[in-house]
Amino acid sequence: MAGGGQVEKRVRYKSSVKDPGTPGFLRLTEAMLLFVPNDPKSDSKLKVQTLNIKSQKYTKEGSNKPPWLNLTNKQGKSHIFEFENYSDMHACRDFITKALAKCEEVPKKSAVSTSTEQLSIAELELRFKVLRENSELQRLHKQFVESKVLTEDEFWATRKKLLGQVSTGKSKQQVGLKSMMVSGIKPSTDGRTNRVTFNLTSEIIFQIFAEKPAVRQAFINYVPSKMTEKDFWTKYFRAEYLYSTKNTAVAAAEAAEDEELAVFLKPDEILARETRQKIRRVDPTLDMEADQGDDYSHLMDHGIQRDGTKDVVESQNDQFRRSLLQDLNRHSAVVLEGRSIDVESEDTRVVAEALTRAKQVSKADGETTKDANQDRLERMSRTAEMEDLQAPQNFPLAPLSIKDPRDYFESQQGNVLNEPRGAGALNRNVHEAYGLLKESILEIRTKGLSYPLIKSEVSFEVFSSLTQTISTAKNIIGKNPRESFLDRLPKSTKDEVLHHWTSIQELLRHFWSSYPITTTYLHTKVGKLKDAMSNTYSQLDAMKQSVQSDLRHQVSLLVRPMQQALDAAFQHYETDLQRRTAKSVGGSSSERPNGGV
Amino acid sequence: MIFKIEDVTVYFPYENIYPEQYEYMVELKRSLDAKGHCLLEMPTGTGKTIALLSLITSYRLSRPDSPIKLVYCTRTVHEMEKTLAELKLLHEYQVRHLGSQAKILAIGLSSRKNLCVNPKVLAAENRDSVDAACRKRTASWVRALSAENPNVELCDYFENYEKAAENALLPPGVYTLEDLRTFGKNRGWCPYFLARHMVQFANVIVYSYQYLLDPKVAGIISKELQKETVVVFDEAHNIDNVCIEALSVSVRRVTLEGANRNLNKIRQEIDRFKATDAGRLRAEYNRLVEGLALRGDLSGTDQWLANPALPHDILKEAVPGNIRRAEHFVHVLRRLLQYLGGRLDTDNVEKESPVSFVSSLNSQAGIEQKTLKFCYDRLQSLMLTLEITDTDDFLPIQTVCDFATLVGTYARGFSIIIEPYDERMPHIPDPILQLSCHDASLAIKPVFDRFQSVVITSGTLSPIDLYPRLLSFNPVVSRSFKMSMTRDCICPMVLTRGSDQLPVSTKFDMRSDPGVVRNYGKFLVEMVSIVPDGVVCFFVSYSYMDGIIATWNETGILKEIMQQKLVFIETQDVVETTLALDNYRRACDCGRGAVFFSVARGKVAEGIDFDRHYGRLVVMFGVPFQYTLSKILLARLEYLRDTFQIKEGDFLTFDALRQAAQCVGRVIRSKADYGMMIFADKRYSRHDKRSKLPGWILSHLRDAHLNLSTDMAIHIAREFLRKMAQPYDKAGTMGRKTLLTQEDLEKMAETGVQDMAY
Repeated sequence: MAGGGQVEKRVRYKSSVKDPGTPGFLRLTEAMLLFVPNDPKSDSKLKVQTLNIKSQKYTKEGSNKPPWLNLTNKQGKSHIFEFENYSDMHACRDFITKALAKCEEVPKKSAVSTSTEQLSIAELELRFKVLRENSELQRLHKQFVESKVLTEDEFWATRKKLLGQVSTGKSKQQVGLKSMMVSGIKPSTDGRTNRVTFNLTSEIIFQIFAEKPAVRQAFINYVPSKMTEKDFWTKYFRAEYLYSTKNTAVAAAEAAEDEELAVFLKPDEILARETRQKIRRVDPTLDMEADQGDDYSHLMDHGIQRDGTKDVVESQNDQFRRSLLQDLNRHSAVVLEGRSIDVESEDTRVVAEALTRAKQVSKADGETTKDANQDRLERMSRTAEMEDLQAPQNFPLAPLSIKDPRDYFESQQGNVLNEPRGAGALNRNVHEAYGLLKESILEIRTKGLSYPLIKSEVSFEVFSSLTQTISTAKNIIGKNPRESFLDRLPKSTKDEVLHHWTSIQELLRHFWSSYPITTTYLHTKVGKLKDAMSNTYSQLDAMKQSVQSDLRHQVSLLVRPMQQALDAAFQHYETDLQRRTAKSVGGSSSERPNGGV
Repeated sequence: MIFKIEDVTVYFPYENIYPEQYEYMVELKRSLDAKGHCLLEMPTGTGKTIALLSLITSYRLSRPDSPIKLVYCTRTVHEMEKTLAELKLLHEYQVRHLGSQAKILAIGLSSRKNLCVNPKVLAAENRDSVDAACRKRTASWVRALSAENPNVELCDYFENYEKAAENALLPPGVYTLEDLRTFGKNRGWCPYFLARHMVQFANVIVYSYQYLLDPKVAGIISKELQKETVVVFDEAHNIDNVCIEALSVSVRRVTLEGANRNLNKIRQEIDRFKATDAGRLRAEYNRLVEGLALRGDLSGTDQWLANPALPHDILKEAVPGNIRRAEHFVHVLRRLLQYLGGRLDTDNVEKESPVSFVSSLNSQAGIEQKTLKFCYDRLQSLMLTLEITDTDDFLPIQTVCDFATLVGTYARGFSIIIEPYDERMPHIPDPILQLSCHDASLAIKPVFDRFQSVVITSGTLSPIDLYPRLLSFNPVVSRSFKMSMTRDCICPMVLTRGSDQLPVSTKFDMRSDPGVVRNYGKFLVEMVSIVPDGVVCFFVSYSYMDGIIATWNETGILKEIMQQKLVFIETQDVVETTLALDNYRRACDCGRGAVFFSVARGKVAEGIDFDRHYGRLVVMFGVPFQYTLSKILLARLEYLRDTFQIKEGDFLTFDALRQAAQCVGRVIRSKADYGMMIFADKRYSRHDKRSKLPGWILSHLRDAHLNLSTDMAIHIAREFLRKMAQPYDKAGTMGRKTLLTQEDLEKMAETGVQDMAY
């Protein structure tokens, strides 16, 4: 007996190796393991939480021992189950392994999410996936999260987009249908007898139901009241086989004898009705049906019958004939329509009923054709126009939204290059910008906090100079072959520089985003960040010293913007710290003027 | 844009115009001035229809004293709808610039099936039963009867229309079939009879070829058109076939059986009338003695199909004495049916001229030629007298009478062919007696005679000198326009070999070769994997397509194709094909991509466009020759050779290549569009075949693309698609203007048209 969420097996339970064992049932669920002895009076009833299972041992297949499974719980007590055969044992073992794995995941999760935010396993997996795919990110993660400079959440908070992108890609997307024809499923034969076996999956059944409404209807009518599902499908494939033989006489004979079989063999009336409905809604510019009978040449025996332009038609009125071409058209139409229902059920009947409902809804939609008609006509007049003869139309432009910040920095590179370049000019800019920032900080110090805390021009100035610095650095770091002395650096140094650069970026981002400091949490975070930054700073210095003398100048040029950025951060940190201590010394009465910041 | 062509101010609803459109208008204007007929070939995708419509409507505006009427004939209803949609655009533009004086009335006209709004009538299954259901409610005697008996069901829409009488008019505007139906529903007027009534007032009428060419229909609908009418046959490359079809009739066993039943019914009716209302039959007899075949005052609802013979061939004489009495006429018809039945009992193919057929009919069944000639008129009169409304039941006897009238009227240009079975299916006995017309000029002659200007135009009229011979008329203008391309947006190729370098062809001895079938399949698999959106494939015939798809299905090639694109197929069921096309378009729209399998000479090849992303590649598998052993075709070829000195081989090649060109031409709609055309048969590489393709395809067919194998074709296709994906200058470069603005046209008017930068 194997259901979805539990396994039940006949076993003997032994409390020790010597124990002859009590016969009974072992029932496994994800949460626990239950042994029920056959003899209800026996006291060897057993209940073990899956969580408590520490390890499992089992006898190897092929050894002379009977199939034993030995489970040890956390208290060290072991339970031995003797199974009837190995396959039973393996089934149970697999189940327990899975259940254990699930149990282990749960505590792990709770360990990670110390913050209030509960993370789903899926989200965790997503993070791991992102890290796996991006080694740079992985390194950063290792450096900062594992050294506890940043918490997991802080690290990811700045990368929501990255996660979001992936997660939308992963979010439940409606799966279309396979383009393979159902008639393409070939039965498997055992080679000895004439028996054939069809393997039906729920997807195939869905497709059959979607393509053949008559079969669907028959299923609802006959199963399970008149026949079992298995009989139903056997009959269906019998009918399909009759089609494939193209022997209409046999098909007709069998259909006459068997009423249910005839349902499969007759032309699909539901389909014909749908067709009639759909034909009213097609684009009039391709409605060939309207032509029928518009010219009078179709009048019986008028016009030329056999002049070699027209094809010979084998009589199609035979009701037991169905052509491959029709099947192909029908199939493609269904695939194009896609999965119209959102039922993922194993139960065939549920699927059939859902499909029927969906069809009825779409039929009801079809009845309100007023709009559809209007729409159709509008579309027609639109396609009647010749676009390239028209005056150029100025369509409104939508601005690009660039997701990856690096793209933005790289785009800035061009601007930087266009400006008259020179460290002086750049530095001046940087200094000016930070000077402005300093001024405003001074202002705050003298006047207290006001709203807005920092003028937007100032912050913009700071931000743009930062951007420029960053993009310049990026440029120097390797984009421009002419400028790049990076390539001349030994690989290890180069990697180090690049790595420092990304980590400084990361730190700075967190640093600046932490201001203004409103909570103790931010306070400690800034402290941690500052430590990490000074660490990096000294590493940069060390690196500068370590490189060969002929490269030292270049490296220091490279490193300078990073250090400048760090300096600015330190400076801000110091001033802020001073201000805070001054405040707390100056008088604890001076509470924060408002909580709005 | 508004510009002048000589003395006519042309209102053209776009900002720019292609140079060939301008030239097309100039030629068209000249032939209108000369009041003569013209033959114009212009490549698809250059906006023929809009150029034509805007010139003719503008011409009408510039000659307010003698306004011309435009009759625009299309092959299909959906083309009719497309034309009306373009006309709507144009009309809006003209009204915007000229005010109400530019207002015109334009209607599309179709059968009752497409215009009826009475739900009870529409419930009928096909066109003939819709017709019959309509007649049951609208025939004059039914309406007279209902005055006495309130239980007789009438059609409210028709009654309202009748009540409105002279006031039942359409306000000016452009009416598609849908618009007509909506208008009719809102007013409670019957759209069909309203539209037919409006034919005499409308400035523009759009309808199907048969309404002008088939005497049975034209005699009712188009007989009141004035001489000052411009008739346009669009997509007219098959016009000769339409003409000969209009005058051909055939008789089968089932026809004869049905006709016998009809006669029994008629006989009963005659007996009934004799018992109850003998006066009516006597009145008919007297009328016939006076020489009136038909009552003159037939109301529109009583008319059905007109005489199958052409108007000027119908005798204006009294009906011969031996068929004036109803029962005598029935006897004559019985003898005729018996004779025809005897002729169908044959084991050999028989071919006969109408003259010898009539003489043997006279000697064996005692029916004279003159009697035969009046069969149609006499039957019509009898059915009216007997007040028969369920016309669809009486089709068989109608067919036999049509046959009799035609065979009695025409001595040349026809032949009678009796076949015991179809050549291609000799195991199925299906005897048929066919009266087939060989001379396309017969049916179209009245049109040329009656109307001031007839314009025959299409994307493929090559060789252009053949059509005047086939239709025997003298065009004042006969021109084939080239296409000025902004870029090489079409890429024709000839595939001669498969991936294994063996030749591919649908030649009779090769078509069932598994190697060829596989090579075709592999080629398509490769192509669908590199071509985006829509791919269209044409096969030479249904049976060939059926076979090759079955083989591909068995060998797994179809599965490979389906992994790339959805597969839709034209079947012989029109409804299913329409739905398949609709789905195909949706698959292309949503980006799924699809491939459509179709048949040359089929309904899809005739009139469905695969423009833009609906067709980036079209493959013509094989050369669509007619079935050359067909007796009718052989007879027609013989006639063409004897009368017009057209060689059989030339005609067959011409016919096959015009079909092929027609198939591949559906891929381009404008110069902004692009597409590849692949002719997959080694025979296309031969000069005598290839040279019959229209010039605009030939000029893009490079020598290097004449003899390709699958891998080479794939490579070229990749390159082409990559090139086409680049942005380009729409106005054309290097002095070749491919898009003209108002300024360009004004400049040209100063310097003269000859300087146009082609």
